[in-house]
Amino acid sequence: MSSLDPRINRLDLHKTEQAENTQLHQHWETYEVFVQAKRGGHHTHAGSLHAADHDMALIFAKEQFARRGQCHNIWVVKTSNIFAIDTEDADMFAENNEKKYRNTGGFKVSDKITRYKKSHKQPLSDEQQD
Amino acid sequence: MNTNALKELLYKMGDDALIMGHRNAEWTGLAPTLEEDISFSSIAQDQIGHALAMYTLLHEHLGQPNPDIIGFTRAETAFTCCHLTELPNSGYDFSLIRHFLFDHAEILRYKAVTQSSFTPLAQVAAKIMGELKYHILHANTWVRQLGNATEEAKARLQTSLNTLFPYALGIFEPSEHEQTLIAEGIFIGENALKTQWLQAIETILKQTSLFLPDATAIQPVYGGRRGYHTEYLQPLLTEMTEVFRIDESAEW
Repeated sequence: MSSLDPRINRLDLHKTEQAENTQLHQHWETYEVFVQAKRGGHHTHAGSLHAADHDMALIFAKEQFARRGQCHNIWVVKTSNIFAIDTEDADMFAENNEKKYRNTGGFKVSDKITRYKKSHKQPLSDEQQD
Repeated sequence: MNTNALKELLYKMGDDALIMGHRNAEWTGLAPTLEEDISFSSIAQDQIGHALAMYTLLHEHLGQPNPDIIGFTRAETAFTCCHLTELPNSGYDFSLIRHFLFDHAEILRYKAVTQSSFTPLAQVAAKIMGELKYHILHANTWVRQLGNATEEAKARLQTSLNTLFPYALGIFEPSEHEQTLIAEGIFIGENALKTQWLQAIETILKQTSLFLPDATAIQPVYGGRRGYHTEYLQPLLTEMTEVFRIDESAEW
């Protein structure tokens, strides 16, 4: 059988019809990629990829996640080095929402600040009132 | 400024990039892993972009036809790419070693012409440097990885290196305008470039189990710069221009 793609025909695929069986762990490990759009900004998780080591993960990450759009820097971390809280324990976070005093915005003092700001507001000039 | 010397330089830089880019693009969809496929295809695309940049300089500053006409309508004998770029792909080791040898020469050549007395070339080259830095990082990482890996990996890379080395030396085939280019400050010349290149690739190879063939004992493969090509260039050109030739005036 021949293909419309001359490159495929050149491969002589009939010679290698037997697909190779790859065992588990013969594959490369996965790495998580974090992209920093601007200098000084946060590195944001962009996705993951397969690589033989961190050097190769970096060269792959550059083209997979920073080819388009702005990029200043890339981090890669082995997926196995990422530790996460069990998603079944997500209710641990839910509780915090009901304790506003744990939030800086929840303090009574914010009302005082707002009041102070209002009372010390400069009278608007004629131009600004228009 | 000697325009013949300048034209010759720009044509060979453009042709090398176009043919190498086309060859490397043949891996698109077929490279060993998805990640590598994206990276290598991107490199190929960069190279075709470099060809466009050189052909645009020829068109805008030296009265040559537009880049499409230069790239797609010239006869095989009008191309001045080196033979290294023409050889068909075989194994991935072959393409990686070619990429390593070729792009190390490219980055040094473009770096040299950032100082060119022909300012438009210097400006374009400065913009291209970032892309070439990535090409080198990609090539070096692979060569270090496989050049320190299994016996099979090392043997495959060394065999490709031995096969391709005489062709790689052909990148530096001297031009009849060599002295003019140097005297007018357009380009540092092929000899100076070759010295820098040997040093650069030796530095990386020393970090692996691979050995650099002895450049002084090997006959470089010349001819490409004068329009003499391998049997592989014409089929490549035929394939590359197939769609263009259906309707040369088509707007894309």
